[in-house]
Amino acid sequence: MNVVIMGCGRVGAQLAALLDEDGHKVAILDMEPYSFRRLPANFQGTALVGDGTDEDSLKRAGIEEADAFVAVTQGDNRNVMAAQIAKHIFNVPKVVCRIYDPLREEMYHTLGLETISPTTVGARLLRDVIVG
Amino acid sequence: MYIIVVGGGKVGYYLSKTLLSEGHEVLILEKDAKKCEAITEELGSVIVRGDGCEARTLADAGTERADMLIAVTNEDEDNLVACQVAKYKFKVPRTIARINNPKNERIFKKLGIDVTVSSTNLILEHIEEEVPTHPLVHLLTLKGGSLEIVEVKIPQNSSVAGKRMKEIDLPPGSVICLMIGKWGAQVPSGDTILEAEAQVIAVTRPEAEEALRAALTGS
Repeated sequence: MNVVIMGCGRVGAQLAALLDEDGHKVAILDMEPYSFRRLPANFQGTALVGDGTDEDSLKRAGIEEADAFVAVTQGDNRNVMAAQIAKHIFNVPKVVCRIYDPLREEMYHTLGLETISPTTVGARLLRDVIVG
Repeated sequence: MYIIVVGGGKVGYYLSKTLLSEGHEVLILEKDAKKCEAITEELGSVIVRGDGCEARTLADAGTERADMLIAVTNEDEDNLVACQVAKYKFKVPRTIARINNPKNERIFKKLGIDVTVSSTNLILEHIEEEVPTHPLVHLLTLKGGSLEIVEVKIPQNSSVAGKRMKEIDLPPGSVICLMIGKWGAQVPSGDTILEAEAQVIAVTRPEAEEALRAALTGS
């Protein structure tokens, strides 16, 4: 599978490493080249400096041939915008987007984006640990 | 009208000031406490501190009764999300987004934003108007976008310079309505001779613009 990941933070880098290990073709974008230090030394994919809300950067990352796109930068709005570009402009078949704000997550989910809110998931996990 | 302005920077401030003076009810949403203070001092209590992309802030601001939301922050993605939340969650009839990256204009339209204003494009257009060497300059796009008014400078070596208007082969839908030459401005007839170095004002269709430029500059 061809996967484009936007944001090489802890989650993005780890996801890239996992997919890479499984033999998928991964391209990861980040505006800050220093972020690529998080990628493992044996990473086979491509790391590109670029803005995932910019069409040209996405094209360079191979969005036109991508089977999946994942937006995991720190900014909810950047993720939302990039995910919509991937879905509606480039027609990527599988698009997932991280949104911290649960209210925004709910809205974009109803609008048809595949979304994950680590806030909601994390809070529930913690509650389950505490309550048992 | 009740208008919500997202972003209390320079654009947001002057925009709100104008809208207030026109008698509209305006509420500015701004994250930065300092900007909020400064605007409250200047314009009174028309500002609420908060993130205009958050549904809760927008609900508190009474967005469901707003007639319009205008997002003018420095970040395109924030403007997009503020408009989308207003439109889809609060059913605001009209949303306007400021765009910094001109390429986003098409994307925003596709994602349902009613009107976009690209500050970069506006500045570029003004610069084009001011740069005299540019062979074809947009003066105005008529509402609806199917016709535009352009200005063309006829180069010294143009193959049509010295010809009568009726002998010049213009692309369909294009017409020369004014020629400003050595002898002043005139509305040309079929027998008027096109002077070299004259400025010509023409009406054309956007798709014929390139053909018109080629026909008049002879390249």
